[in-house]
Order: sequence, then C-alpha cells, then structure tokens
Amino acid sequence: MSFFSNFFAKKNTAPVAKDRLQILLAHERSSRTGNSDLLQKLQKEIMEVIQKHISIDQEKIHVKVDRGNDFSTLEIDIEVPQQNQSNT
Amino acid sequence: MAKVIVVTSGKGGVGKTTSTAAIGAALAQTGQNVVVIDFDVGLRNLDLVMGAERRVVFDFVNVIQGEAALSQALIKDKRVETLYILAASQTRDKDALTEEGVGKVIAELKEKFDWIICDSPAGIERGAKMAMHFADEAIIITNPEVSSVRDSDRIIGILDSTTDKAQRGEKIPKHLLITRYAASRASRGDMLNTDDILEILSIPLIGIIPESEDVLKASNLGSPITLSAPNSPAARAYSEAVKRLQGEKIEVTVPTDKKGFFDWLIGRNKS
Repeated sequence: MSFFSNFFAKKNTAPVAKDRLQILLAHERSSRTGNSDLLQKLQKEIMEVIQKHISIDQEKIHVKVDRGNDFSTLEIDIEVPQQNQSNT
Repeated sequence: MAKVIVVTSGKGGVGKTTSTAAIGAALAQTGQNVVVIDFDVGLRNLDLVMGAERRVVFDFVNVIQGEAALSQALIKDKRVETLYILAASQTRDKDALTEEGVGKVIAELKEKFDWIICDSPAGIERGAKMAMHFADEAIIITNPEVSSVRDSDRIIGILDSTTDKAQRGEKIPKHLLITRYAASRASRGDMLNTDDILEILSIPLIGIIPESEDVLKASNLGSPITLSAPNSPAARAYSEAVKRLQGEKIEVTVPTDKKGFFDWLIGRNKS
C-alpha cells in the first residue's frame, strides 16, 4: 500500500488517516481513565509521605512508569541522605 | 432471558437511530419480542424514523416519573406484531433519566421482551451514559472517517469502565457495525477500509452497511429499511448483522458497489 502510494504522484489519503488515528489513540488511551490517574496519584502521595520525614533533593528522585497491557509498574528510586553523617 | 443491547457511537449522525430501527425490526421479524427505546431526551427521533411520531402519548420519562404505566407508553408497531417502541420525552431534560428510574423500567421490560434495544444519543453525557448503563452487549456504530473512529474508541473505553456490568467486573461484549461504507472509495485508498478500522478499534465486526440511497428513502417513509426495502444491499447487511447478534456464524462480506473488470469491459462494449 505505502509502496504504491509513494510510487504514484497522487497520494492516497486513507493511510494518512490510519497513521494519524493510531498515534492519537495510543496517546488518548494511555491518558484515559483510572490507570494513569492512579499511578500519578500514588506517585504524588508517596512523595508527600517521604517529604514529611526527610527532606530530599528533587534531583535525587527517579520516577519511572511502565505501562503494559496486563499491568503497569511504578518505580520510584530515591537516594536517602545519611541522617547520622557528621561533618567532623 | 432478555438481552439489553445499546446502540452507541459517541459521534452524532453516524446512523445510530437508523440502525436501531433496522436491527429492531429485523429481530422482531424472526418472531422475537423486541422493544426499541429512545434515550435522546429533548431531541427524540426514533419515533420519526419508525413512523410512530403521531402515536406518542406517553413517553419514557412519564413512565420513570410514575405519570404513566409502562403498558400505556409502549407503542405497538403497525407492521410487525412483536415490535414495540418506547419514545423519549421531547419536553423534559436529560436529568429526568435517573439511574434508579431507568433501571426500574429496564427490569420491567425484561419480563416482557426478548430484546431491549437502547438507542443512545450522541455525546457522552447523561443520556448516553444511561443508554449504555444496563447493557448486556453493545453495538458500536462507526463511519469510515477519522472523527467517528476516534469517538468510537472513546466510547469503547467508557463501556469498559463506567457501565453497570463493568463495575461488577464483567466485560461487555462489543460489536462493531460499520455504516456508510463505500467499498469503491476504500479500495481506491481514499477511505479507511474495514481492516484499518478493525486494526485500530480491535473489537469484532458484526456487519458492514454500504453507503446507500435506500437508507434515506426508508427514513423519509418512516419505515425501518429492513421492512421497507428488505432486498436492498443495506437491509440485507442489517439482516445478516442481526443473525450474527443471535449467535449465527456468518462470514462478514464487504458489500461492493464496484463493478468488476469484466462488467466494465462488457459495459464499454455495449456503448
């Protein structure tokens, strides 16, 4: 299909429609409904709890969200500063 | 065991009401007891497409609010013995459709009918949400056009998350009905083809209704196309979709309005 539409000067429009839809819907599906909201909420609240007890440099936090079809994972990597470090 | 089917699309003007009428009539012709319900409060049209616009005395909202009995509001079709319509209210607003009220009416209809077909309004507001809320299965009407496909995808998401069945952790079976399909334009590559749409939406196909003048003629007459022009390609496609809805395994064929090479050759030689 794409070979032929490239081959001829006159481009067909249906493949363009399909590509645009697939890109758009992939984006809309991932930002839709509970799943993504839940992960964002979790991330926010977990961060708040940690901030309550230790002050953390924002640079030292790595958040990774992996969205899969069956399950998603939320990884939060935090470098906790050593509390008992003395400057002697 | 009564089945509640919602006919929905998200986008307006894709053929929900036409399809509800055609499918409802074809189901009733098989001897099953069928009721079609209009959920489009304030903009009712199923009565008009079914040719029952002058016979509406009481409507869905009257029944919900206890102003009329269900038996008073059900309009019996004049052509098919087992077909009934429950019209929407033209004067109230959509807030009249409460979950409790709609649930009660659906439960009462389930005692009398084999099929309850809910014609959803466009959009994703209360009327559309209520039309799909109690559905056992859904028919998603999609045109081969970008905005319709996008809205269908959104509706599929809503069906899977907010309906009664979804909230109980069950999956609603979904059927894709492609309407206004022009096979010749699709094969030229200037209209999304069936495979494109199936690949994007990934729900099973229940039928392809060709773009056809007969559909407009049927609504002009106030008759479901499956009754007024049963032999037209569009009506045949609806009848086949109904058979699939009833569980028959028939291969979905793409209705073609394109002449074959030999037809074209013969046609040219004739002139």
